[in-house]
Amino acid sequence: MDMSAVLEIVTLSDPGMVRSNNEDAVMANPVRGFAVLADGMGGYNAGEVASGMATALLGTELEKAFAEREPTSIDAAGKSWAHACLEAEMARVNGAIYQAAQSQPQYAGMGTTLVAGVFHDNRVTVGHIGDSRLYRLRGEDFQQITRDHSLLQEQIDSGLITAEQARHSQNKNLVTRAVGIDPEVLAEIHDHAVLAGDIYLFCSDGLNDMVEDEEIAMTLGMLSANLELCATQLVQMANDNGGRDNVSVILVKVKGEYPAVRGWWARFLAWFK
Amino acid sequence: MAKLILSMETTMLKEIPLSKERTTIGRKAHNDIQIDNLAISGEHAVVITILNDSFLEDLGSTNGTFVNGQPVKKHFLQNGDTIELGKYRLKFVAEAVQQASGTDFEKTMILRPAAAQRPATEPPAAEPAAAATPVAHTTTSPGMAPLPAAPPAAAPAPQPPLGAIQLLSGGNAGKEMELTKTLTTLGKPGVQVAVIARRPHGYFITHVEGANRPVVNGKVLDAQAHQLADHDVIELAGVKMEFFLKN
Repeated sequence: MDMSAVLEIVTLSDPGMVRSNNEDAVMANPVRGFAVLADGMGGYNAGEVASGMATALLGTELEKAFAEREPTSIDAAGKSWAHACLEAEMARVNGAIYQAAQSQPQYAGMGTTLVAGVFHDNRVTVGHIGDSRLYRLRGEDFQQITRDHSLLQEQIDSGLITAEQARHSQNKNLVTRAVGIDPEVLAEIHDHAVLAGDIYLFCSDGLNDMVEDEEIAMTLGMLSANLELCATQLVQMANDNGGRDNVSVILVKVKGEYPAVRGWWARFLAWFK
Repeated sequence: MAKLILSMETTMLKEIPLSKERTTIGRKAHNDIQIDNLAISGEHAVVITILNDSFLEDLGSTNGTFVNGQPVKKHFLQNGDTIELGKYRLKFVAEAVQQASGTDFEKTMILRPAAAQRPATEPPAAEPAAAATPVAHTTTSPGMAPLPAAPPAAAPAPQPPLGAIQLLSGGNAGKEMELTKTLTTLGKPGVQVAVIARRPHGYFITHVEGANRPVVNGKVLDAQAHQLADHDVIELAGVKMEFFLKN
């Protein structure tokens, strides 16, 4: 089904106030209803290469996969096609970047974080690696959906520091998982229920390191009627606070429900389960 | 590298770089920082350093450990904190901010996954992940040395003078509203809405939704944000209001 009728998607990426180059990459496919954000790392312009490869590869492969089969269909292992594709394609992207980094000296050590969301059947299937995030605003409630793969998050989980202290930590930039660093990487993939009216925010750490969550929530709530302005405002707030890193955002507004279309045969089968 | 400066009363005694993962403080000789005084317990406290962050932990000392006058069991040390043990003071000085290092600071780096994939069930320890050896995967910063301290947490630029709007027409004419928040929306949702953003260099109004755009001093706004000047008159959803700066 064409998702552009129920989803409004805006992407924006900005180098920030300090960096000369932009190592973030964003892409969205409104028709298939998915979005990908990557924050590259590595010397010179290798970070851009890694994040660019990640979004381009994932974008084309997911498009192909969802043209073949509806993301909602269930495979033999009981996983949705969206889940299976994210898992397989994120692994493939990791292999491709790892290969490039191994074979070309100028790309040695490059890597990227990755967060991708596939909207299907009143759900969003989210895959992520690293510290790029997905947030959700539902009514007044603003939640971080993904959990960072970072040293800081591990320290918070183990009780060494509190979330409040984490804001002052000097170790914000250390991720424990990234795409393209090792021959294999495990993507964290989860399904979340989606309600009409939800607003989803994919962002790189250039936003959430510079702007408090409350401010982000307030901006989403106030400017939800104009997503483009909302994205511009978020980037502007990060830059007004110093803009020390590249800032990227993808906003997805859910305008209505989008249950999967099921034929009589599928309903018949479901009835027997 | 962060360091501790040991002093008693006004005399500075010693400077101790926090080069180790655990720097112990106590009366006994095996401590990294030995303070031979009866008010200090044999093993009094420890400073755990993980990359750029340092944590102070009291080891059940008899007379306690104080930071900036407050008793602490465990404390995340911030630059300038003063640790008090009996009559002794240890001032914590974080690594100097290396603004000069330019583009390379704060780049995202990867910790080797081998170190990261600790079992999730591991009980909270005093130094989780401390054993992780970070490998800087940037070609420009091999190893640990160039990993500079991040600048202090986002320090917003000084705020501009406070602005406010006063309604000039409509049922609430004469009412005043201070623009203290980063964003203030005006108008009726679904009909016409504009937003005023408070930024370091002033206030900006932008059209959000509705067929009609706001009018400032008789001119209709375009899609761009418009900086508001003192005593600008805004017309929005049939209501006139004046923007002014307070002292």
